[in-house]
Amino acid sequence: MKAIVNVFLKNGVLDSQGKAVHHALSGHGFGTVSDVRVGKQIIIEMNETDAAAAKEKVAHMCEELLANTVIEDYEIEIQA
Amino acid sequence: MKVGIVQFPGTNCEYDTQYAFKALGCETQILWHKEDEIPAGTDLVVVAGGFSYGDYLRSGAIAKMSPIMKALKLYAQNGGKVLGICNGFQVLTETGLLPGALKRNVGLHFISRHHHLKVCSNDNTFLHRCNVGDVVNIPIAHHDGNYYIDAEGLKELYANDQVLLQYTDAAGNIDNPNGSVDAIAGICNKTKNVFGLMPHPERAMETLLGSDDGKRMLEGFLNA
Repeated sequence: MKAIVNVFLKNGVLDSQGKAVHHALSGHGFGTVSDVRVGKQIIIEMNETDAAAAKEKVAHMCEELLANTVIEDYEIEIQA
Repeated sequence: MKVGIVQFPGTNCEYDTQYAFKALGCETQILWHKEDEIPAGTDLVVVAGGFSYGDYLRSGAIAKMSPIMKALKLYAQNGGKVLGICNGFQVLTETGLLPGALKRNVGLHFISRHHHLKVCSNDNTFLHRCNVGDVVNIPIAHHDGNYYIDAEGLKELYANDQVLLQYTDAAGNIDNPNGSVDAIAGICNKTKNVFGLMPHPERAMETLLGSDDGKRMLEGFLNA
């Protein structure tokens, strides 16, 4: 089983990297870009067969280490 | 006085810190992160600067999983004094010993230069030898020094007199190099035994190297 974890800065926490990428894209003529956010993706292979149990474990990992919930939100996708 | 200095893989300011506290007449001991207890009789634990675990994932994030951090938490909960400098500050926020978090500098650049700081509070062990409003000249060297705390947390910091230092110019006017909320450079916890700051007082011990203002700050821990 595979878990895909996406970690992003929370809404309302300034994403300086997203702003810089947005600025660069606009400067290169991609005028239709209205916002950019930069996050990170963490891919975890697990010896787990139950998707719900896997998700619960990964959520625990996010709270403990993978995300800093003071400034970041996370999303978990479990793939068979 | 006995000072323990925590060393993770990637820490690089442990010997500067040792030099600084030795210069102040302290007994010092480097504490490898695999240790699971703080030596008896330790009066202060410094989490030194550097790039623990290469700043992988987030600055200070992986270090918080090290055995010594469990011991350090216990030490702090029992009233032990802890000082986190730069990466050490990041480790302490990640661990939850200090509120808030440190984000990428707003300009995205690594900043390495001397910077002035204003003392905002001296009603604590660390800065009691300074006066409120004093301006000190201390090196900063960080990529992730942008202090963040939400509005409610900020209110609480001020209500409990936990904001210790702000980035300023030489005249004491706010001059924010990295986007920190309220230009905050250093804070302490509610019980005022855990301190964290991004600037490096241990690198400001000799006038020959630009400033010895760090002495006045670190001396606060002597016989405290």
